[in-house]
Amino acid sequence: MPDITEHLQQQINAARNDGRKLAIVGGGSKQFMGRDISAERLDVGGHSGIVNYQPVELVLTVRAGTPLSEIEATLAEKNQMLSFEPPRFGDSSTIGGTLACNQSGPGRPWWNSVRDQVLGVNLINGKGEKLRFGGQVMKNVAGYDVSRTQAGAMGTLGVLAEISLKVLPRPDMTKTLAREMDHAEAIRFMNARAAEPKPLSGACWLDGTLYLRLSGARSAVEATARHWDIPIMPDGETFWQQLRDQQLEFFAGEQPLWRFSINSTAPTPALKGHWLLDWAGSQRWYRGEGQMADMEDHAEKAGGQVSLYRGGDRTGEVMHRQQPALQAIQKRLKHSFDPDALFNPGRLYSWL
Amino acid sequence: MNTDSKPVNTAVSKAELAAMFRAFIDPQFVITDEETLKPYECDGLSMYCVMPLLVVLPETVDQVQQVMRLCHRYRIPVVARGAGTGLSAGAMPDAGGVVLSLAKFNRILDIDPVARSARLQSGVRNLAISEAAADYGLYYGPDPSSQIACTIGGNVGENSGGVHCLKYGLTTHNILSVEMVTVEGERVVIGSDGLDSCGMDLLALITGSEGLLGVITEVQVKLLPTPEIARVIMAGFGTVDDAGDAVGGIIAQGIIPAGLEMMDSHAIKAVEAFTGAGYPVDAAALLLCEVDGTREEVQEHIEKAEALFRDFGATSIRTSKDEAERVLLWKGRKSAFPAMGRISPDYYCMDGTIPRAHLARVLNDMQDMSKRFGLRVANVFHAGDGNLHPLILFDANQEGELERAEAFGSDILKLCVEVGGCITGEHGVGVEKIRQMPMQFTDPEIEQLNAVKSAFDAQGTLNPGKGVPTLRNCQEYRAINAKPQAPEVHHA
Repeated sequence: MPDITEHLQQQINAARNDGRKLAIVGGGSKQFMGRDISAERLDVGGHSGIVNYQPVELVLTVRAGTPLSEIEATLAEKNQMLSFEPPRFGDSSTIGGTLACNQSGPGRPWWNSVRDQVLGVNLINGKGEKLRFGGQVMKNVAGYDVSRTQAGAMGTLGVLAEISLKVLPRPDMTKTLAREMDHAEAIRFMNARAAEPKPLSGACWLDGTLYLRLSGARSAVEATARHWDIPIMPDGETFWQQLRDQQLEFFAGEQPLWRFSINSTAPTPALKGHWLLDWAGSQRWYRGEGQMADMEDHAEKAGGQVSLYRGGDRTGEVMHRQQPALQAIQKRLKHSFDPDALFNPGRLYSWL
Repeated sequence: MNTDSKPVNTAVSKAELAAMFRAFIDPQFVITDEETLKPYECDGLSMYCVMPLLVVLPETVDQVQQVMRLCHRYRIPVVARGAGTGLSAGAMPDAGGVVLSLAKFNRILDIDPVARSARLQSGVRNLAISEAAADYGLYYGPDPSSQIACTIGGNVGENSGGVHCLKYGLTTHNILSVEMVTVEGERVVIGSDGLDSCGMDLLALITGSEGLLGVITEVQVKLLPTPEIARVIMAGFGTVDDAGDAVGGIIAQGIIPAGLEMMDSHAIKAVEAFTGAGYPVDAAALLLCEVDGTREEVQEHIEKAEALFRDFGATSIRTSKDEAERVLLWKGRKSAFPAMGRISPDYYCMDGTIPRAHLARVLNDMQDMSKRFGLRVANVFHAGDGNLHPLILFDANQEGELERAEAFGSDILKLCVEVGGCITGEHGVGVEKIRQMPMQFTDPEIEQLNAVKSAFDAQGTLNPGKGVPTLRNCQEYRAINAKPQAPEVHHA
């Protein structure tokens, strides 16, 4: 695939001259996230391909429109992986969208998030300038960490063109353990296991069953499974893949899906709907109707934040409210990258 | 007292400002006399010294807010300071400004062993966190070599690493939230008890921002379960290439060591003379490879790593049998800096990062430069993550040696950027490397970084003159950097 950075720059400059707004689209698999906006499509999916991959350096550089499936297939040849287990909402999901929406899968508390693994980005700002921040090395503190700031910004600061990531070796062995447990006990149990120095790589609770995943050296996984004495679940890999890609029955249907990112030990808010606990209790999914302001109160009581992840009213705010001083800083940051507010206006917040 | 932070154009004298601070801070903690100000004139990089106007040591967040409001009102520069262990003059005072010391912010506010996190005032020492968490079988991951003294607030400011960051990450990977006072004196909390927050990742932006965006008053860190066991392999190699290949070989085996350090022969000889830890003084390069985890996993990985080092031509291998031996083998590496102090009156520690594949070339080029500048250089290297610490040996009492050391250092950083690396892995830009910023960044990039700064601090009073150069200075620095700084040009 060719490098189309210049073509993207031209489109951005043209839109800027004409006063048009742009909606950045990679694979289009995460269109359901954020607020509904109307703006002209800027297709970046064509900016695809692996630029550099050095397995012994644990570093991968890719164009932002590269599909996750292509990246993961390439890494698998060298027995490596994207440790943040990005969810795929279809074959078209790209690495750029994964970073912009800060999407990480079940292993996140132990294997880091996409934000954590980013080493550098090439970004086109609202003035059409191609800028490079960070780099292809694991330690780099020259300049502000603009690369990781992109995580969760949903394209409001610019168009991601290229991303360098730290990758990790695949574990030698993975086993899934499962046992029946009630909701409150599961929260206690998951946190207690996460405090042990064992190769835990997943902890989830759904419909009265606790699921734990062990990954690492064969000897360590086997010894821990014996030590914890919880039944081994055959074909556990399928469960974690369906959890990662939100293909479990829990995620089906039209009810609003709320995501709580909270203290892992907090009691779950007393709401009538259906819950799924992931990340050893740090990430909790809720299916049910609710008012944003009420959900925000619940999340803050639990030490964290909430977003209306999928469905519901997407014309109001869908991301957790910001402190006024932080809101003002983000508006000024937005202006510093994108002075004409070209990119994804209103996608993240109505005021951004 | 007027605590409105709206800027005014009235100038205030030192005495007036001190009187205003003493209205809300214990007067003995508003320092104005030269003798007591003296220790604040520099941080760990003592070649850069400036006396501040005055120093304040507030005891509460409310007092920090009032200090910031006053300074904002009168447009007075503020330099926040933790333990002053930084190595890039990031905490060097401004001659017309206030040093805001967080030394009184030394309380561990809460340790939550179940949620595996700790809330700390920003002046808490790095090592004190792990000491306090040890009772629960937990510890704090990043362990910069100054960890006995350096503070968590400073760690956030610099995004500090340490010898274990290949596996456990930098400060940015190990914090959940910070409480920060803005330049206008507003108290904000960035992040939460959860693992991520909505919106732009401001926590990432603050981490490593060198005190240019706000004053950190509180930090919530993650705590990790202490591994069951850690063992270290010390392997000597006949050439730097063999050692570099062995590092790649370990990674290719799918092992992520907890620590993976390399030293060159100059460093090996110096530390062995200093510590007598049993390092192989005839080796051209030495690797220290630490593996941690469960007992079974460590046994499995140690066996694999020993075999692999032999395959890559190790000339000697020694593996720790117990904790005492592990500590002994690390002692040499940890004494590298004082060991240099014994063989040279002064040393200058650089901090570039390179893709590991270029290690041999970079080390060889450095030896050429060493001859050309007429100064010795020893290398300790965080091999796992590519972070080089060349130690340039010089004598500041010899006319021109300091300047030669600085020029040598600058050429090393230029080389790091040329091979795809960066000018600083963990020490920060501060004042020291501000002239090298244009080697790594273009003008539009520098302009964007300055625009980020303005989004937090429009008047530019927070730690001025550090971190990011002005565009005008960039052109001047590029002109200087382009000139050959030694008798001959080392590469095209």
